Amino acid sequence: MARYETGFDQARQLLRSRSDRVAYGLLALTLVAAPWVLPNYYIGEATFILIMCVASLGLMMLTGFTGQTSLGQSAFVGIGAYVHVVLLTNGMPFPVSLLLAAAGAGIAGLLVGMPAIRVSGLHLAMVTMAFAIVTEHVLGRWKSVTAGHSGLSVPDPAIFGFSLGGARLFYFVCLVVLVLALLLLVNLMRSATGRAFIGIRDSEAAAQGLGIDVARTKVIAFSLSAGISGLAGALLAHQMQHITPEAFGLALSLQLVLMVFIGGLGSLRGAILGAVLIGLLPSFISALKDALPARVGAQFGLELFVYGAVLTFFVLLEPGGLNARWVRIRKVLGEFPWVRPSSIHRTKVYMKSERYR
Amino acid sequence: MSATFFELEHLSLSFGGVKAVRDVSLSIAAGEILAVIGPNGAGKTSLLNLITRVFDASSGSMRFNGRDISRLARHDVVRQGIARTFQNIELFEGATVLENLLLGRHRANHGSFFSQMFNLPSVQRAEAQTRERVENVVRLLDLAPHRHRPVAELPYGVRKVVELGRALAAEPVLLLLDEPASGLNPDETRLLAYWLEDIQAELGITVIMVEHDMSLVAAVAKRVIVMDQGQVLTDGTPAQVQTDPRVIAAYLGT
Repeated sequence: MARYETGFDQARQLLRSRSDRVAYGLLALTLVAAPWVLPNYYIGEATFILIMCVASLGLMMLTGFTGQTSLGQSAFVGIGAYVHVVLLTNGMPFPVSLLLAAAGAGIAGLLVGMPAIRVSGLHLAMVTMAFAIVTEHVLGRWKSVTAGHSGLSVPDPAIFGFSLGGARLFYFVCLVVLVLALLLLVNLMRSATGRAFIGIRDSEAAAQGLGIDVARTKVIAFSLSAGISGLAGALLAHQMQHITPEAFGLALSLQLVLMVFIGGLGSLRGAILGAVLIGLLPSFISALKDALPARVGAQFGLELFVYGAVLTFFVLLEPGGLNARWVRIRKVLGEFPWVRPSSIHRTKVYMKSERYR
Repeated sequence: MSATFFELEHLSLSFGGVKAVRDVSLSIAAGEILAVIGPNGAGKTSLLNLITRVFDASSGSMRFNGRDISRLARHDVVRQGIARTFQNIELFEGATVLENLLLGRHRANHGSFFSQMFNLPSVQRAEAQTRERVENVVRLLDLAPHRHRPVAELPYGVRKVVELGRALAAEPVLLLLDEPASGLNPDETRLLAYWLEDIQAELGITVIMVEHDMSLVAAVAKRVIVMDQGQVLTDGTPAQVQTDPRVIAAYLGT
């Protein structure tokens, strides 16, 4: 399996080997074929997971790559959703409205980011959490635009009068948006901006010494992350069909944090894997409920318990998240049958604790 | 080259009542290797931090290549051609050696945010060029075996070399090294001495290094300044400063 590089551009290539191309080709085929074989209910579930993948990618930019904790991601999802629905209701074409929703959330991210990046770690988590709470309240009270807690109903998505509202068509809309967003972010992460994000996460002192404007780059990360989340929000609005402020509360923020953490901080693949796992969990739990003895299955808080158990499992046993596990499995498969136990074991890595200046 | 390549004039730094650097004036010629030695707390690292604008000088000024750099933004220092390493290695732990080195060349133009997003041909060319330049550093410092390894896995000695490489990738004219040999074994230190000679002779980079290891200082530095309690005690060749009674007094504590 040894591969040799023969050109400077090779390390930047996306699909480096034939097995990569085959694997991603099969994945693409599966995703395209899925809505033709799945019943409608599961198409809806799959669409929801695709949207969560987009939102999770947004938070991964900020928390996973730039190292900035945010508990306020739900606010940006909500802003994206509301901007999109209000514009759509006022006759804006669907694709334009989608982009403006992302831009609107991005601008909100810029405005919050500029003061917020002055603090870091736990303090930043508190600031962003406060922003999420405030946003939920504003959405609830600004009745002339948002119709308050009674909510807004979401028009069907349509391009040139052609409705995309059917479960199958909307699945493909979400798939296309996810793939495009993923490609743009992959490009960014293999360029100077992506490296600057990682630089800031790992050592601000060194980053500044190498010419990275830390404040500016953090604001860019914040705004980009908010914009992607806003895009997810716009799609989510269609999935919900009726949006209320409560749908964009702290619970959503926490779910997103769970996704990027369990997926594996600092990896786009991790963001996707985490979103898929957390997105599947509710269906899994309801299936579990039926299988369990009635007394256990009917227990209140079973879902929270499973969330907590999954998180604990990853914190203790796989801090690198699903992505780290995936990388190791792939390594074992690649080296089979010459697997050495030492190459599977996790190398001991000591996390650098938060830096105080 | 002119003698006014880099000039520090009456530089002072105080934190509250503590005077870390007191009225330091220095003139550094292009192409020299200057070692800064002195007991702990003498203000050596503070001096480097003043030059790289981590701290604002309480008074005094710095002129680099005829330009006043005493009020520069911290991230603009490297654009003047000044790169540094840190006393306690400050590598990007979550990235590979290659990514660390590529980040070293961050100051080069890699295209705008949106052209990076769409991976335009101009970005691809810039990235390929950066990789090519970084490979020169890989070759110089023998880092090829570690190229794709995550920094977190590397032993201490290799990390030191990677940090030196990252500073070199910035293509500086002035290199500031904060204790490059600390924690290295004698073999690694000897290797470092060869590299420093190459860096000075072949790449024409001026080096200011804070160092305790006198074997390294004597091997590469033609000029040594000794600091104590924020002041420059003496300035001369390694042999001269080692016999200076004030230096002996500073180290032994009269």
